[in-house]
Amino acid sequence: MTDSAVAPVGMDRGEGGEGRPSHGASRRRTFFIALGFLAPALVLLGALLLYPIVYTVIRSFFSADGGQFTGFDNYVTMFTNDSTFTAIRNNIIWVIVAPIACTVLGLIFAVLLDKIKWSTAFKLIIFMPMAISMLAAGVIFRTMFQENPNLGVVNAALVGINSVFGDDAAYPGANVRPKTGLAGEHGIIRSEQAIETGGEMNFPLVGIRPDTVPEAAKPAEQAQSADADQITGTVWLDFVKGGGGVNGEIGANKPGLPGVRVDAVAEDGTIAGHAQTDDTGRYVIDGLKQGSYTVALPAANFDEGYQGVSWLSSTFITGVVILSYIWIWAGFAMVMIASGLSAMDRSLQEAARMDGANEWQVFRRITAPLLSPVIIVVFVTLIINVLKIFDLVYVIPPGASKPAANVIAVEMWRVSFGGGSNQGLGSALAILLLLLVLPSMIINVKRFREERQR
Amino acid sequence: MTSELTIVRGKRTVGQRILDFFSRSVVNVVLVIVALFWLVPSVGLFLASLRTSGASASSGWWTVFVKPTQLTLENYANLLSNPTITGSFWNTIMIAVPVTFLVVIIGALAGYAFAWMEFPGRDWLLIAVIVLLAVPIQVALIPLARLFGAIGIFGSLFGVILFHVAFGLPFAIFLLRNFFTQVPSELLEAARLDGASDWRIFVQVILPLGVPAIASLAIFQFLWTWNDMLVALIFTNSESQPLTVAIQSQLRQFGSNIDVLSSGAFLSMIVPLIVFFAFQRYFVTALLAGSQR
Repeated sequence: MTDSAVAPVGMDRGEGGEGRPSHGASRRRTFFIALGFLAPALVLLGALLLYPIVYTVIRSFFSADGGQFTGFDNYVTMFTNDSTFTAIRNNIIWVIVAPIACTVLGLIFAVLLDKIKWSTAFKLIIFMPMAISMLAAGVIFRTMFQENPNLGVVNAALVGINSVFGDDAAYPGANVRPKTGLAGEHGIIRSEQAIETGGEMNFPLVGIRPDTVPEAAKPAEQAQSADADQITGTVWLDFVKGGGGVNGEIGANKPGLPGVRVDAVAEDGTIAGHAQTDDTGRYVIDGLKQGSYTVALPAANFDEGYQGVSWLSSTFITGVVILSYIWIWAGFAMVMIASGLSAMDRSLQEAARMDGANEWQVFRRITAPLLSPVIIVVFVTLIINVLKIFDLVYVIPPGASKPAANVIAVEMWRVSFGGGSNQGLGSALAILLLLLVLPSMIINVKRFREERQR
Repeated sequence: MTSELTIVRGKRTVGQRILDFFSRSVVNVVLVIVALFWLVPSVGLFLASLRTSGASASSGWWTVFVKPTQLTLENYANLLSNPTITGSFWNTIMIAVPVTFLVVIIGALAGYAFAWMEFPGRDWLLIAVIVLLAVPIQVALIPLARLFGAIGIFGSLFGVILFHVAFGLPFAIFLLRNFFTQVPSELLEAARLDGASDWRIFVQVILPLGVPAIASLAIFQFLWTWNDMLVALIFTNSESQPLTVAIQSQLRQFGSNIDVLSSGAFLSMIVPLIVFFAFQRYFVTALLAGSQR
């Protein structure tokens, strides 16, 4: 570095400074060198991005096979055709729900991260789904939200919680043993004759799958004799695997059926009293006025019980797919916002705390406003991303709920490649997507220009 | 920072400290629960991929905690002896590696030109690149399917690679150009005065200094291409399909083949997860540099 190196420091970067000759020949030479550096990129961008955009715009004004100019017909179809319209409506739901949910969660996580010692581990856990394919995430969520509570973990959890809070056991398929004084209709099992208070009514049932009998069940026992205001009895599974025992009689280790509700129905049809069977199947209905009652096992005992929610049905499918999106992208929002937080000068917050501001006030009045630039970047990125959502919606919904979950990108694929073969409509949908991301392109350019002026 | 905090704490009353401790424990508990919720999906998939097909058809993965005997490596053995899967795994590599390589090279060349060379129309070209950042790939699907068909590369690995390279370039150019402009101009001027050509400056000054940015871009582009399904769904055939397409074709019989689906999905996740955990710092850098794709 001699004194000759001093001059270029103040120079503009690159060509054109006093240190180098700037004749036309040299300028042209630099231009060609620059072209050499740019050529591969420009050729690829021109042929594979610019040309397709122009082609797609023109193609969108032509018919399905491209043979006929149809003006704006494809654009009209887009908003009148049921399936395309559902796709557009769902995209609107997506754009409203997903970016807000991801940003809010990301913000909460990023702020709370400060307060824990294992923040690196937490960040990794939340951020990890960003690395995997949406296909894998789709397989995961489709498996999790299966309807069968034996297979899908979400419904398994719901059924589990429900069985903790609801104590009635369910014995689907139960029926009466003939000639035991019982009648079964509309799922209700009842005594054929009214029973006097102080009497006993037994319920030998059949048709119950042995695996639905809870493990707590003990061999059925004869009920104790009833007091004057009681009706007693036993409900049991009148079936012995491999045979044995006497039909309609307790014994031979026949299991009692615990948790069955037993009602005493008065002659006017009102329920005068009820009880629940114990582990040996015995029940005692007490507090009854003297008289005769029909003893009945209500239908609730014999339905399938709570089986969870049909998550993958048309009603819930978009919610489930959005949830999978949040699982992936909340980490992105968290990492972006956390890096904004860590770059922030905290002295303002500390000063506010010294002045007695509580954490919420500090967050609302100082932290959140300082974070707003990064939050906006996250939000815009997510909106662009959500508009183009494809993989998750393609993978998660089963065939029957695919139409209900439709979005523009999937519909575009379907009409142009997935059997629709209407490339005119497909092109129009692609242009719709392009128009939807246009505002964010303008924002990008504006931001870039502002940065240059600084 | 730390000392400031301790000063502030010192001034607090016992009551405030108890409250502080309490709120910290609440935050810890809440975040542990959140972390568990976030882990369940991946852990569930992993456990499901280790269960026999019989077990998968009749019960959920959580039963392995009660009956660990259903665990097996059988699914992975089946997967790795299935030529469709191994072939598509190989295809995924053959797509993602060249794409990453080409995007980095072509993007770096253009990034250097935009950062350090003067030529007419430079700013407008750069703005054009920024506009192209957000172009949805849907716009190119129909014309490129026709174009590739016309020149005979539709369905080949080459076609998919070309598509990904083109759509990776705007972000690559934007990211690398931003990093390259931060190289101190004295270094370049010194090299120029020594008579170094632009090519030598690019190779000997810019590339070595740009390694962190290039690594960020490479990791981002690699994961992006590895995880792609849409482009491959249209531009590959059964010979050239990557793992994502091979697995999604299994979805049609969903229910009877959870064992294949879960192990296949997990197989497709292994490489991205390794890359992610090894280089997550670079991945975050790429995201922070603006990832509006």
